[in-house]
Amino acid sequence: MRRAKLIILGGSAGSLQVILGIISAIGRDLPLPVLIVIHRNVDFESSLEDLLSSRTRATIKEVEEKEPILPGTVYLAPADYHVLIEKDQTFSLDYSEKVHFSRPSIDVTFRSAADVYDKKLVCVLLSGGNADGVDGMLYVKERGGVVVAQDPDTADVPYMPQHAIARMAVDFVVPAEEMPAFIKGLAYLPPA
Amino acid sequence: MITAIRYEEMQILLNDLFTRYGYDFTEYSKASLQRRIQRLFALDKFPSFAEFRHRLQHDPQYFRRFVEEVTVNVTEMLRDPSFYRTLRTTILPVLATYPFIRIWHAGCSTGEEVYSMAILLKEAGLLHKSLLYGTDINPLVIEKARKGIFPVSQMQKYSENYIQSGGIKDFSSYYTANYHLAKFDSSLAGKMIFSTHNLVSDFSFNEFQLILCRNVLIYFERGLQAKVFKIFDYSLENFGYLALGAKESLRFSPIADGYKQIGKEKIWRKVHETG
Repeated sequence: MRRAKLIILGGSAGSLQVILGIISAIGRDLPLPVLIVIHRNVDFESSLEDLLSSRTRATIKEVEEKEPILPGTVYLAPADYHVLIEKDQTFSLDYSEKVHFSRPSIDVTFRSAADVYDKKLVCVLLSGGNADGVDGMLYVKERGGVVVAQDPDTADVPYMPQHAIARMAVDFVVPAEEMPAFIKGLAYLPPA
Repeated sequence: MITAIRYEEMQILLNDLFTRYGYDFTEYSKASLQRRIQRLFALDKFPSFAEFRHRLQHDPQYFRRFVEEVTVNVTEMLRDPSFYRTLRTTILPVLATYPFIRIWHAGCSTGEEVYSMAILLKEAGLLHKSLLYGTDINPLVIEKARKGIFPVSQMQKYSENYIQSGGIKDFSSYYTANYHLAKFDSSLAGKMIFSTHNLVSDFSFNEFQLILCRNVLIYFERGLQAKVFKIFDYSLENFGYLALGAKESLRFSPIADGYKQIGKEKIWRKVHETG
């Protein structure tokens, strides 16, 4: 396996601790971009970016529309916008209807990224009680991307990864405590 | 697997639509546009791209549906209450000094923001000398905006936004509820002019002291954004204000130098003179 061009972490209820663990393991020399799409309350918008920044040496920044997607950076989907990816590997934001009651929607970002990165994409679905993310993950899989689910037995809310595993042959099922090392391993694979 | 509209096919489609109807979507952000087109294609159950293309070329009614479905029409009243609070406390007192106030809501969709603004103006005692222009590319949403009828189910949320924006009245005094619909006071609509206007191809049509264009530019590529910023610049009086969406900025635009941001809200004041 070779290094992907982008890793996307999708999570809902109960995923924050796992995400904090993952980004704590990531250094300033992160050789690819990571995008976090997490369902959250609009009212707590700014504090999440600060919280994430306090746990890693990598650059954490909220996605801005039309900005180029750069290695070494952990991007955070802004509250209340979908994040899409353009062919020229820049971000676009979208304020269209919610998907699975969610904006940002994990499905929307997974699909859009798969159209651009095909098999050079890793999508990770973490703890959550929502159906969002599974359809998108299936699409990523069809396009040859790598799909990873958190082991439902180790998830605070197992519904989301459970559904992913039921719907498709997930490439890797990883327990919460091993997720940081696993993602780090993927990030630092030799380049394609 | 459902047939997907490929990127190249979308480009063909966009060229068709420009040639056939004069609507130019070629500088829209493609990721969002492709998703919307894909959605319409699946919704209307076309068996192939060729049939989709043929229908669009030969059926103007269907093209109308395309415009309605492909453009994003999500909006709400008093969205981002802190933005509206800044309008109340900082912008309206300046506008109050003018004998006549002209405001343009560019890409107003179904008009919720125009009604929000009218409420603010009314409470500031300025509505009688104001005119609010609401424009959108989509004729269907303009018809809805003219009616000023919105779902009652939204009113609780809007009422919360209203209070957070600094409103002290009873929000329900602005509408009459009838079953699941809320019709807004006709004294508000009396000061509004709604019309179709395409930011891509149409020009400036008046001079304004305030232009609001929120969550529209995110759907445009940088080149088109620059073009639209120039239209806004040309349409703003000196010392007029331009308001954008929460994630939009004037920062990378060709007109940035002539504008000064007001606090941390996405509101800029024109400080140069139109050349």
